Amino acid sequence: MPSPTRGFPRADGAPVGHPLGAPVKVTQDSRTRGGIGESTLRPDGTLKVTGEFAYASDLWHEDMLWGQILRSPVAHAEIVSLDTSEALATPGVHAVMTYDDLPTDVRTYGLEIQDTPVLAHGRVRHHGEPVAVVAADHPETARRAAAKIKVEYRELPVITDEASATAPDAILIHENRDDHHIGHVPHPNIVHRQPIVRGDADEAARRADVVVRGEYTFGMQDQAFLGPESGLAVPEEDGGVHLYIATQWLHADLRQIAPVLGLPESKVRMTLAGVGGAFGGREDLSMQIHACLLALRTGKPVKIVYNRFESFFGHVHRHPAKLYYEHGATRDGRLTHVKCRIVLDGGAYASTSAAVVGNASSLGIGPYAVDDVDIEAVALYTNNPPCGAMRGFGAVQACFAYEAQMDKVAKELGLDPVEFRQRNAMEQGALLPTGQRVDSPAPVAELLRRVKAMPLPPERQWESSEGADVRQLPGGLSNTTHGEGVVRGIGYAVGIKNVGFSEGFDDYSTAKVRMEVIAGEPVATVHTAMAEVGQGGVTVHAQIARTELGVAQVTIHPADTRVGSAGSTSASRQTYVTGGAVKNSCELVREKVLEIGRRRFGAHHPAWATAELLLEDGKVVTDGGEVLAGLVDVLGDEAVEVEAQWRHRPTEPFDLRTGQGDGHVQYSFAAHRAVVEVDTELGLVKVIELACAQDVGKALNPLSVIGQIQGGTTQGLGMAVMEEIIVDPKTAKVRNPSFTDYLIPTILDTPTIPVDVLELADDHAPYGLRGIGEAPTLSSTPAVLAAIRNATGLELDRTPVRPEHLTGT
Amino acid sequence: MRVNFTVNGRPQEADDVWEGESLLYVLRERLGLPGSKNACEQGECGSCTVRLDGVPVCSCLVAAGQVEGRDVVTVEGLADHARQRAVRDRCKTVSHGAPAASGPSLDEARVRQAEGSDSQAGEGGELAPIQQAFIDAGAVQCGFCTPGLLVAADEMLEHNPTPTDADIREALSGNLCRCTGYEKIMDAVRLAAARQGEAV
Repeated sequence: MPSPTRGFPRADGAPVGHPLGAPVKVTQDSRTRGGIGESTLRPDGTLKVTGEFAYASDLWHEDMLWGQILRSPVAHAEIVSLDTSEALATPGVHAVMTYDDLPTDVRTYGLEIQDTPVLAHGRVRHHGEPVAVVAADHPETARRAAAKIKVEYRELPVITDEASATAPDAILIHENRDDHHIGHVPHPNIVHRQPIVRGDADEAARRADVVVRGEYTFGMQDQAFLGPESGLAVPEEDGGVHLYIATQWLHADLRQIAPVLGLPESKVRMTLAGVGGAFGGREDLSMQIHACLLALRTGKPVKIVYNRFESFFGHVHRHPAKLYYEHGATRDGRLTHVKCRIVLDGGAYASTSAAVVGNASSLGIGPYAVDDVDIEAVALYTNNPPCGAMRGFGAVQACFAYEAQMDKVAKELGLDPVEFRQRNAMEQGALLPTGQRVDSPAPVAELLRRVKAMPLPPERQWESSEGADVRQLPGGLSNTTHGEGVVRGIGYAVGIKNVGFSEGFDDYSTAKVRMEVIAGEPVATVHTAMAEVGQGGVTVHAQIARTELGVAQVTIHPADTRVGSAGSTSASRQTYVTGGAVKNSCELVREKVLEIGRRRFGAHHPAWATAELLLEDGKVVTDGGEVLAGLVDVLGDEAVEVEAQWRHRPTEPFDLRTGQGDGHVQYSFAAHRAVVEVDTELGLVKVIELACAQDVGKALNPLSVIGQIQGGTTQGLGMAVMEEIIVDPKTAKVRNPSFTDYLIPTILDTPTIPVDVLELADDHAPYGLRGIGEAPTLSSTPAVLAAIRNATGLELDRTPVRPEHLTGT
Repeated sequence: MRVNFTVNGRPQEADDVWEGESLLYVLRERLGLPGSKNACEQGECGSCTVRLDGVPVCSCLVAAGQVEGRDVVTVEGLADHARQRAVRDRCKTVSHGAPAASGPSLDEARVRQAEGSDSQAGEGGELAPIQQAFIDAGAVQCGFCTPGLLVAADEMLEHNPTPTDADIREALSGNLCRCTGYEKIMDAVRLAAARQGEAV
């Protein structure tokens, strides 16, 4: 039996009772102006390259226990019996908890619908569902003890697709639903249904010279963030708990955790631990409640760290989808109508399925102006793994299908696929299928023009004087071809993504900004609950504070729940919304600083009363550039602090029958051109180049903007040619929960990604910026698919493409 | 069991190690060196890459007992490792390519002293060139893959100071990154190589 972990040199200097590795204040001391628009460097960069940055899985606490979750080995079953006695008797084990040990009547949670059991009660609905939790003094002891829990399952038939979910005699995944969608869904195994009808698609179809129909399949993608789900729960003296956690939204976690623990939210303190990527996969809770339950039960700090196998079961995935499309067009290349039906598999629990339906439907025809549309999107309850948020959130699946359709229609009409798209591209002022007017720049045709205008990579790059360089060829160092059977193809795609939470959600953020003199220099401190997951929000917040407050030194306070909610690091929204909140609070601080200045120095110079005053380079200056006073003198020993909420424009829900409504805040557009080479004999694809053009409104940090676009593009590439969670349709069990069998792009799979950034301001947004993180994930996948079709002449109606789809074997 | 080995130049002793524990676990949980990362713990992602007697390995695939008496360099020791390498390289230059002695030579000691007052040491001199290049090039987003990539890239530049793009891709093909799309990582390695070239 493994012995407990102990003997830490890390305990040096750390106060007993405090976890090691808890976030520390990060100060970004820039000698340059370092404001918005500059590529300032990450304030956490040095910590991250030295290995000192404390991710959630790095935390450690004196006397800490390790938690382990026992998960269901089957997808759908009744739990006949559960015996924990042997596990409890294992030396080193401090607690074993099941459903019966939960402290209150609140035993489920969920982001929108509270349908997810903290621990299974009587029934499991998907492979990997949590059944029991164990705390022990060594992770291996905990694992072995969990394996000793005896669970008897009586297996039930599995529901795995639309036909089995909506059959008249289908077992209901959730009986007695009372959520707010049940009244408008055609079957209790449908989470949510959103139709969108505008104009008359049937009537418009009569005008069409060509009508193209297609059925498409989109596989299940995993976020595959590298930092596994993890956190440390520390019981506190007042009976509460402090959770150090990697998440995307501290306050949403808090709202779900506290009721299950039977604690008021004030007794559940949350601090963001280092987050190793998220991409939507940390929107739902994973180990949060389990760690808190075990900590409160044992009175000891409890750490839970998933391994990669468990991570594949521990978070929701991107919804796989079936998509049915009909496009019509006239000979002159104008779309007459679009009809589509999008069926998303939400798996066993709702997660964010309803909002994904809203996106898939409202953005279902893409960035095109079409007056007559008939759209329907639904999300199913099945026994497949639960699906929810992933970068692109419903818009990704639709983009794959509508862009395939656009190529098909162009081909039917004998038109260039880019030109056909440009003829139908939406512009500012266009109406979405929801009837909402697009009231900011929509440079769809221009992005396509730009991406097409980029120079193409030279042909046969793999040829050299010494023969073929196999590293440049499909198959790479496997040495499968020296150019025989290799053909090149080029494909284009463009997409539209909404920014921010839509459909009437109160999507606000909060920022606390403090300004004071420290060691003879004016310093701003920015405190928000924003989850920094790698996107660089902390960099941007410091830039905004410098721009608004004219200080060189900005300290970014660790994110926690001692400040108001920042909303989720999702939906490309944080720079817009929490950035907007930081800007707003800085402006309020600036006003107060100027009031102090007027009070102290107003009598000395008339400009204090008459001129427009700015804070620049640590001084109060007039808009004419005259220096009135140093901030050090103005502030003295006073500190100015403001905590304020900030909201973007309100949105409204979509009508449940017609889908009409001003549901979105802002849009993000990107276009891609993919160049691929395909070994047609073996079905191997090498993406040679994946160029992107994107409108970002205003690049607050150009280096980070490019990084987001390249990262999003690469996730789209993965979805095109390799990434898919394989779920056995007979058993609903996951067959490839590892990085050996679920492949994400390596540096060898990823091509050069030239990026052309367009900055057309959205006047409704802070600094004119656009949320940018998701749009590049949309069009990347269909561009690669289009290129493979172009190379091979194959139809290819599913993604990802596997070798057998190309060779027909 | 007890395991004795050298980590980042210092002798370490780990007690009560269970036979099934990996080197990664011992580094992270027993020696307080969590810089090596636990992204997959099955040898697929490279985030736990360390140097074992100079060779880059996935520390999750090395049983702790296998490192008895051996020498490990982790990301926490990368800056020192690079500094010592630079000193050795300069000594080679100073002594006109004479074989390096086992202990620090007089020349080596001189160069080490000079390091202290080197202007570079004042400006982020704590970092290895590859670490600084990752920050400067924007190659760090969430940063979870970064330690493994740094160890792997530093090792490549050690024996191939002027890599082609194809060389870089091949050397780093065992390290997964989910955030960056690798472009900025390519930039960072090119930058480190270029700066290394300028410094010679």
